[in-house]
Amino acid sequence: MSTAQLFRTGDTPRPDVIILTHKLTREYDMGSELVRALRGVSMQITKNEYVAIMGPSGSGKSTLMNLIGCLDTPTSGEYWLNGQKVSDLVDDELAHIRNKEIGFVFQTFNLLPRANALHNVELPLIYAGLSSRQRRDRAAQALHRVGLGNRMDHKPNELSGGQRQRVAIARALVNEPSILLADEPTGNLDSTTSTEIMGVFAELHRQGQTVVMVTHEQDIAANAERVVTLRDGLVATDQARAA
Amino acid sequence: MPFYEAMRLALQTIRSQKLKSGFSLLGVFIGVASLIGAWSIVNGVNRYMTERFAQTLYGVNTFQLRRRPMFTPNVPDSVWRAWARRPRIRFSDAEAIQASLTVPVVTAWQSSDNVSVGYGNKEARDIELNTASERYFDIKNLKISLGRPFTGEENRSGTPVVVLGYAVAQRLFSDRTPLGKSVKIGGIPYRVIGVVDKQGSILGFPLDRFVVVPALSPAQNLVNPPGILDAFLIKAHSDIEMREAMSQAEGIMRSRRHLRPQQDNNFVLETSEGVQRFWAGISRILMIVLPGVVVVSLVIGGIVIMNIMLMAVAERTREIGLRKSLGARRRDVLRQFLAESTCIAAVGATFGIAAGIVLTLGIDKLSPLPASVSPMSIILGVVMGAGVGVVAGVYPASRAAKLDPITALRQE
Repeated sequence: MSTAQLFRTGDTPRPDVIILTHKLTREYDMGSELVRALRGVSMQITKNEYVAIMGPSGSGKSTLMNLIGCLDTPTSGEYWLNGQKVSDLVDDELAHIRNKEIGFVFQTFNLLPRANALHNVELPLIYAGLSSRQRRDRAAQALHRVGLGNRMDHKPNELSGGQRQRVAIARALVNEPSILLADEPTGNLDSTTSTEIMGVFAELHRQGQTVVMVTHEQDIAANAERVVTLRDGLVATDQARAA
Repeated sequence: MPFYEAMRLALQTIRSQKLKSGFSLLGVFIGVASLIGAWSIVNGVNRYMTERFAQTLYGVNTFQLRRRPMFTPNVPDSVWRAWARRPRIRFSDAEAIQASLTVPVVTAWQSSDNVSVGYGNKEARDIELNTASERYFDIKNLKISLGRPFTGEENRSGTPVVVLGYAVAQRLFSDRTPLGKSVKIGGIPYRVIGVVDKQGSILGFPLDRFVVVPALSPAQNLVNPPGILDAFLIKAHSDIEMREAMSQAEGIMRSRRHLRPQQDNNFVLETSEGVQRFWAGISRILMIVLPGVVVVSLVIGGIVIMNIMLMAVAERTREIGLRKSLGARRRDVLRQFLAESTCIAAVGATFGIAAGIVLTLGIDKLSPLPASVSPMSIILGVVMGAGVGVVAGVYPASRAAKLDPITALRQE
């Protein structure tokens, strides 16, 4: 089943559509040549979907991921996130969107090594302007949610790989974002731990969280309910899996 | 991100990178410490000059009639030559003033030159010989610790008696009593009748290397031609009376010298204010030069901080990328790094202030220079330290703020 509905420039997305890209392109001027990383990607992701974005390297999946994550702006086309057109926003507005709407999970966890788990999870809330008491409460709650309620005082180097990624997931969730955006979340983990993390994702999805995951591993992508494959900067396939 | 949050973060970083932070605060530390140290010396000398020096050495409510000013900072040759052409002060001038003043005053004659003073085979060189009248001791506030000063009678009759400065007595007699002994002043035998209490030194200049003999005693010929004196000292009871006496003395001298109204005085009436003015000139120069030295060390401190901060930005590129991806705006990152450099500088300044105060107290105790901490220098130290932190932090912080999150995150 494809959620792709006919969307024309000037339309607004349906309310249940969390992510909508319309003819999204991204070109990089490398001086001698123009690299067209995305050549017009149109897709829609609705609330509570669990989508994997796949594709070989150079297919544009990282570029798409950066655009979806509001870390980059498109050369042309539209990007709507949770009812807001974000493709024309400027730097600081994007920072605000990243803070409120997107929870990043990275391949390399990207935890602050000197800060304990609780403080790492608090980080997005600092930029959201919460008081330190509110931050502590919500960060603790998020850590409980990923099963690390008893590891809050541990520094990243005192945690296993799986636990680190759980801290990162808690950090991604702490601001209750519209989407959880994971970039190769199991890339640095062994298969047992990968399964464990996929279990966390599945549980979050069951609780209603929209999850978008970029991966090049078939069996990881298999955890998602829908797989979008990119090739040469275009959507090659977009198929739902039998749950 | 609120400011206190940035501060907290900055302090955390400083604590976790002690060595690096330590190096970067060194520059500001030295700058601020030297600022306070230098300022305190000037300040201390200043207070010394105004409170003690002028009062004890010159005498309270005292003025001197002289041919030319005693303290002469940087005068051109032409002025010197003009001064040298002036008539000298004569005994008769002093007597005339003494006779005509209507204000109650104490007066003394004084002339001086450097001589050698000998006792047996010992000799003290470069001793200031003062030929003075008996009230000189009162006016100069010289306390006799041993023996007595000479009397008016001894002065008028030119009796060869001498009162020794403490250092001279020490040099010639060590611990034995000099009273009644005969010393040779420029070859002329004098009998020691007293020793002046130890006065110490001022700005490193010893104050005890002098002798006082009656103005009319034989040694007067070593100092000035007959009938000539260097200075006529006049001490009044109050500032108002001193000014009255000064204007009377000026009138008497002008009429004795037959000066027309449009002619300038060819003598000076000098008070301790003159000395203070002279010192003020020196301290002004010091106040211009010293900050220069301080500024140089602060600039170096700033450059060190800037370098360390640039390194920190380079090292923590990934962290910056992460923070941005989690919603940090440019100004949040800017603030974080600015707070860090300011904190480093402020901590450096704090230690610098402490060291500056210790330095000052040390100088005051261990060196001849008087020093006292000026509150103004502490305020300035804090302001300059923090200023250096901000200025040195701006460039690295703006580099950090401008980092592209994607590139920053990808960095290994």
